[in-house]
Amino acid sequence: MKIFSVKKEIIENKKISAGCYRITFESRKIACMAKPGQFLHIKCSDTYDPLLRRPISIHSVENNVIEILYKVVGRGTGLLSEKSCGDSIDVMGPLGNGFDYQSLVTCHLSPILVGGGIGIAPLYFLARKLVEKYSNVTVLIGADAKHNILCVDKLKKLGCRVKVSTNDGSTGINGTVVNLLKKELSPENVKLKIFACGPIPMLKQINRLVSVYNVSSQVSLEKRMACGIGACMGCIIKVKNGYKRVCKDGPVFDIKEVIWEDL
Amino acid sequence: MKQLSLDVNIAGIKMKNPVMTASGTFGYGLEYSQLIDIENFGAIVTKTVTLEPRIGNPQPRIVETASGMLNSIGLQNPGAKIFIKEKLPKLKEYEVPIIANISGRNETDFVKLAGLLKDIGLSGLELNISCPNVEHSGLFAQNADTTYKLVNKVRKVTGLPLIVKLTPNVTDVTLIAGAAEDGGADAISLINTLIGMSIDIQTKKPKLANVVGGLSGPAVKPVALRMVYEASKKVSIPVIGMGGIVTSDDAIEFLLAGASAVALGTVNFVNPNTCCEIIDGIKIYMRDNKFNKISDITGRVK
Ligand SMILES: Cc1cc2nc3c(=O)[nH]c(=O)nc-3n(C[C@H](O)[C@H](O)[C@H](O)COP(=O)(O)OP(=O)(O)OC[C@H]3O[C@@H](n4cnc5c(N)ncnc54)[C@H](O)[C@@H]3O)c2cc1C
Ligand SMILES: Cc1cc2nc3c(=O)[nH]c(=O)nc-3n(C[C@H](O)[C@H](O)[C@H](O)COP(=O)(O)O)c2cc1C
Ligand code: FES
Repeated sequence: MKIFSVKKEIIENKKISAGCYRITFESRKIACMAKPGQFLHIKCSDTYDPLLRRPISIHSVENNVIEILYKVVGRGTGLLSEKSCGDSIDVMGPLGNGFDYQSLVTCHLSPILVGGGIGIAPLYFLARKLVEKYSNVTVLIGADAKHNILCVDKLKKLGCRVKVSTNDGSTGINGTVVNLLKKELSPENVKLKIFACGPIPMLKQINRLVSVYNVSSQVSLEKRMACGIGACMGCIIKVKNGYKRVCKDGPVFDIKEVIWEDL
Repeated sequence: MKQLSLDVNIAGIKMKNPVMTASGTFGYGLEYSQLIDIENFGAIVTKTVTLEPRIGNPQPRIVETASGMLNSIGLQNPGAKIFIKEKLPKLKEYEVPIIANISGRNETDFVKLAGLLKDIGLSGLELNISCPNVEHSGLFAQNADTTYKLVNKVRKVTGLPLIVKLTPNVTDVTLIAGAAEDGGADAISLINTLIGMSIDIQTKKPKLANVVGGLSGPAVKPVALRMVYEASKKVSIPVIGMGGIVTSDDAIEFLLAGASAVALGTVNFVNPNTCCEIIDGIKIYMRDNKFNKISDITGRVK
């Protein structure tokens, strides 16, 4: 496995909804290696303040063009949002393990992707890969309100079955994405595999839900990172048999392996 | 024009350039080998190894601060056995001197570790004495007497070049530097991190689970430089300077202040290619200033 550190010209940095942006740039090297669920470690400032890179998932790879989708929550992502077409972006990657979707065929499982808020970012890349092989890809998207529901049209365009929920009912069902997931699960239908990314409370609820139905599930987790490459031990989480690094052993984990009380 | 020479000899450790890694920021070299040519470094200093595995501190372990970061990793490491059996053999495939950084709770731990790490292909040992001494209060490195005794004991059991790493969290670093030299150190390195803190004003809780942590990165450079300057005037053994280095100018400042080599820590997280950039910068500086070798720069501050 090879990791690259590159500076590339931004092709586009587009505001796609309030506080959410999408950057596109070209990198043949990263594009060749990238797998859904992996992330890039991005230097947001041209100075040493803020100092550390920020982990952002790979949202899409097409030909050699890479997309990231991010939400402005602080200084780093704020600086990123101010970059314009033609500015350079300093990225390291691809990093992390990525989703394991190879076993779907052999086990005859149907994929259900569950994204909360900006958690949809890595799932779109996964959906793109999945529709190459499967006709039955379901994507459940939840957010607080309509303007934070992202990617619906382009997921539908891929041929995915898309269901939406909002906490305020401004679009889709009134409730959470976990409510949507509940409807998909039944004791008769355990031939599913769930891929989830979103806030910790959402993932915890999914964990409780799938432990009832015993559905195979993978989750993408977040921790604050320094190196992003597995060297500093800054991003560890507790798992069943010890500790793992989110940046190197994750960010994708089997839902059963995670010690949820510790998150 | 005379050929520029970047190689240095630190206490018998022959390095092709004076740029090393700082312990704990480069793991055991293996992760970074997927990204950069780790042989570019003059030497690789490993993450601290302890006798037994350590699980480290609870999360959160890192917090960003103005031009720096706080960490409370808590010396998480797999222990000496796994280091020797699994990590070191892979690291030894690279043509670069390897220095094991070791730590312990008491003198016995350090002595046992130094014994275990003999004759296995290491180029040197660095003692991380910025750790609590469980038999006395405070850190080893905060007391000249405990520093002297510890270094002296380890000195007796190892023939490897011995580097003693000092903490900046002391009133007078020259006293500890002197004690390390008297105890038999072949070189000293400094600084380790500065103890700091950060509070989330909304939750009113410390941002680190451990409450306090070690500050590193550009924010600490002036303090580190001052301490390297003071310590190198005190001792006659080589000094390895570190703390906030990000550019070749920073590295040259440390050399001028009295360092014979420098180490890169936090900057590895930010720009893993910094080593090469610094080496190029030092070369240009040497050419411009008609220095032929690194030792011509060391201590040349006026
Ligand atoms: C593997 C991985 C993939 C990610 N992918 C994406 C993505 O595709 N799109 C996206 O928008 N975001 C993503 N994130 C989250 C993103 O990294 C953070 O939002 C970003 O680092 C915030 O930086 P900032 O400087 O803007 O905010 P800061 O100023 O650093 O922080 C703003 C607020 O967020 C909190 N915070 C920041 N980072 C974290 C964290 N990792 N965990 C918990 N709290 C945190 C801070 O405490 C603070 O309250 C990902 C994170 C990880 C670990
Ligand atoms: C995440 C992190 C982990 C560290 N772990 C160790 C360690 O295990 N042993 C040690 O002696 N120093 C450790 N250090 C200290 C560094 O080696 C170095 O002394 C310090 O960070 C100052 O240099 P810098 O500003 O270039 O990072 C660590 C520093 C950081 C940032
Ligand atoms: S961020 Fe350094 S080990 Fe994960």
